[in-house]
Formats: sequence, structure tokens, C-alpha cells
Amino acid sequence: MQKVMALGEAVSRYVRDGMVIAMGTGLESCIPFAAGHEIIRQGRRDLVLVGPISDILFDQLIGAGCVSKVIAAWVGNVGAGIAYNFRRAVEEGIPRPLAVEDHSNLTVALAVSAAAMGVPYLPARTALGTDIVRDHQRLREVTCPFTGERLLAVGALRPDITILHAQRCDRHGNAHLWGNLGISLEAARAAETVLLTCEELVDDAIITSDPNRTLVPGFLVSAVAEEPFGSHPSPTQGYVNRDDRFYDEYHEETRARAGFLAWLDRMVLGTRGHAGYLSRLGEDRMERLRPRTPQPAAPVNYGF
Amino acid sequence: METSAITRRQVMVAAAAREIRDGEVVFVGMRLPLLGFALARALHAPRAVGLFENGVIRSSPPAAPIITMGDPPNIAGALMCTTLVDVMSHLQRGRVDVGFLGGAEVDRFGNLNTTWAEDRGRRIRLPGSGGAADIAALARRTVVLVHHERRRFPERVRYLTSPGFGTGRGWRETVGLVRGGPGRVITSLGVFGFDPESGEMVLESLHPGVTLEELRAETGWPVRVAPDLRETPGPTREELDAIRRFDPDGLWTG
Repeated sequence: MQKVMALGEAVSRYVRDGMVIAMGTGLESCIPFAAGHEIIRQGRRDLVLVGPISDILFDQLIGAGCVSKVIAAWVGNVGAGIAYNFRRAVEEGIPRPLAVEDHSNLTVALAVSAAAMGVPYLPARTALGTDIVRDHQRLREVTCPFTGERLLAVGALRPDITILHAQRCDRHGNAHLWGNLGISLEAARAAETVLLTCEELVDDAIITSDPNRTLVPGFLVSAVAEEPFGSHPSPTQGYVNRDDRFYDEYHEETRARAGFLAWLDRMVLGTRGHAGYLSRLGEDRMERLRPRTPQPAAPVNYGF
Repeated sequence: METSAITRRQVMVAAAAREIRDGEVVFVGMRLPLLGFALARALHAPRAVGLFENGVIRSSPPAAPIITMGDPPNIAGALMCTTLVDVMSHLQRGRVDVGFLGGAEVDRFGNLNTTWAEDRGRRIRLPGSGGAADIAALARRTVVLVHHERRRFPERVRYLTSPGFGTGRGWRETVGLVRGGPGRVITSLGVFGFDPESGEMVLESLHPGVTLEELRAETGWPVRVAPDLRETPGPTREELDAIRRFDPDGLWTG
């Protein structure tokens, strides 16, 4: 089956109302903003978002009314701190009430890892004694059957779909990623299916030239969309640097609900796909975000 | 921006750097702790290794100023780029000597809250734990850096996001935490240690120009003071040069 398709088609086919979606699994980099914006344009509702942190992608989806629940360790704007849509939703139910399942980075990572490994839970020593674990549906204090120690059991969390942005992948969805990985690999393995966006769609031979760098195997992937700058304003190592100013501007503009709605109209709802979003940014700004000094890795020899 | 006056943040960074011993494995945070790590590596701890929760392990400061740990200059030239579970497994395994933390609230026993605040009776939702609860639970010791003001220093945190000594010494063992706890709290006014008997924060030094009255007024409980209360040593010439090298525009320490 043909996996390569336009991002709009991939979202339309594979993202449904009410789904549990893992995104922003790389933490501050490779956040699939282009895919998130397409979800907003297509008006998905009642989504459950999963991620350790999401920088401002979760805030945008929440402000756009797409989300009923967040399962995360941190929701905010890494540069500026507070994410205003998240606050408005939790504190005032605007634009709609938002449930939050709080985690630490390790507990959400282990919840997803348990699903990736096909087990109902994993034990951990973190977060014991904190208010995070109090009355938590997925975190439970248990006694170790071997040592008798008190441990935290972290229940499995299986996303319906994981959306990743990768540096490059082939038409089958075999993806090369590099840089920090966060929980991207576990999230890909845990989910029912994976939607990939990438900076470059490459020949199969490029992927098989360096199999250690293939971190998501194509048999997990349903759809692949080539979307350069698909992580903007977050960075993708070797392709796009972080647009720090964008986060600061977003922080200022979205302080009030009306400001966010104007931002949303200008950057997402009023743009046709990611290409439209990028033309709003402008070529000058994009050029400033492209890496200036290449730093290629030494080649490795797989010969025999 | 060059001024000869030493800022309180420069005092904090120098104090943070001195918490890192040579050869230690450090769970590094952003901003001031990141600078402290760079300073320690450059001066007295050339063999310290830094772990970042997004999966980065590096032994040198990032090649250019960064806002987040995922910024490209923090990846380029790293020792290793891996997963969150990988680096946090080192933490859970007990291999991390010191972890740095911040917080919206810190209390008498070094517990941190980054989840819920309150302003004039209204609850305010903060971003949450991130990796802080894990670092606080699992590092061999932690160092907390925080701006010192009364609303951030309640006697008891409203919400316990990241564990210090809970309700006192012995609490960590009771709840099942196998090691660790805060070693130092470095604020914009002074440096605290912890009483080995009670687990309570004890003021060890005041930064240059800060009075005890001023610090008491900004703290929500009767502060215990060490019998040999000192002045926090300001950054040495060497430390100051290094701070200005790593933060040339005073973005974090100005």
C-alpha cells in the first residue's frame, strides 16, 4: 500500500475524533507542529494528547478546542514558562474543560514503554511520596514480589496514533532520526499506528546504508508526508534551528483569548496547509533558521 | 553590558558550580544550572559529565548559547544522544551524583511545587513536574536554585511535585525513596544546607549585601540559622571571567 501522501490526507485518514495521540515525544526538538496544525484545520475534537512535554504544540491544540484531556509531565512554553491556553482551559474551562493526568517525565515514559513492550505495567522508584501519585488512575504503589520493597507501578498507556517528525525516511516509513530522542521510539512502538512527517523523503538505499540510525522501522508506520520545516518553530537537528523569537512572540500574543484567536487565524486556520504557514513566515526568516555550519558525522563502515 | 558590579545571579551561578565535584555525573538543568555546569567544567571539575533528560550526555558546554536542552548546539559535539528512559535509568540506577532543580515554591524541608500556585485566592495552574520529580526522587543529592521571595517560600508547599525531606528526616525512607534529598538550596539571598537530624533547611550564608532581616522577611517560616553563618563567597576573578565567557550578553546573569 502506498504510504507516501500529503499531510492533509494522512491526517484525514488516520486521525479521528476522540483518539489518544502521542506527539512532541522528542521533548523540545522535532515537535510535529505541521501535523498538529493540520489536525486543527480539520477540526478534530475530544483528543487525548500524550507527551512528556510538548512546548507550545499542546497549548495550540487546547486553545483550538481539539482536546479533552492531556496526559503529560509538563505543559508550557519552554522559553517563556506559562502556556496561556492550557491555563485558561484548566482554570476556567475555556474554550472547553480540560482533564489533566499529571505525570513526571519518567512515569509517562514508562507508561508508554510498558505499552511498547506489551506488558500491563512497569515498576519504578520515582515520584513516591509526591502529590502526583495521589489518587492517580495509572500510578499505584505496590510491594515488590521479590524484595518486599515499596515501588511505583506505572500502568501501560497505548496511544491510538503516534505522530513523529524525522530527519529522513524512505517510502516505506523506515526513518532515520538523530539528536536527542526523548520517548519517540517507545511511543512509535506503543501506538496502534504511526504517522511520520520528515524533512526529506529518501531512497531506500540511504536508509539501509546506516541501519543503526533507523530508529523507527517502516512496518509500524501507516503514512509518510514530506514536510520540510515540519517541526517549526522547534528544531530538527541538521535541518532547522530553533526559532526562539517565535516562542516569545507567541507568549506575548496569546496572553488573552482574543490574541490567541487572532494568532490561530493568521498562522493556522487562515493558511492553506504547511506551505501556507511557511509563506506567512517568509523566506528570510526560514533562511535565518537554516544551519550555517555543517557538522557531518564520520562515516561508519558496514562492509564485510 | 559590561559592569564591574557583581550580580546576585553571578553569585548564585558560582555557588552552584562549587556544588559540582570533579568526576561527578550531573543531571543538568537549563539557565543558571547549565552555566554552573559550564563553570565547574572549566575551572575545578574538568571530568564532570552532564546528563540532560531529553537524552543528551555531554562533557563540554554547548557550542553556542541555548534556550532549551534540545537546541542544536547542545546536540552537536555531545558524547551521546539517546532516549529519556536511557538517561533516567542512570538516575534510577543511582549513578547520578547531583541533580539541579528549580521551583515555583520551596518549603522548610526542601519540597518543591511546580504544579499549582495561588494568587490572591485564585488557583493558578503551572506547567507541572517535567523531569523534576524524577531528579528529586532519584539523584544522590540535589541542589535547588530559586529566586527568594515570600510567596515562593511557604512553610509547606501547596502541592508536592518533587520530594525533598517531606515532613522531616526519615520521611523519604518511609515513602519508599531509596536515596537522595536536597543538599543545598541556593537562593537570590543566601545559601541553605539541611539539618542532618530534622531534615530542615538551615541558612549557612548570606550573599554580599543581604541582611538576615531581609531574608527572614522573604521566608514563610522562622528560619534556622547555622551558628557559623557566613557571607557567601562572591565569584572569584577566575569564576567571573568564566561566567562572562559563557554568558557574554548577561542573558542569564545580568
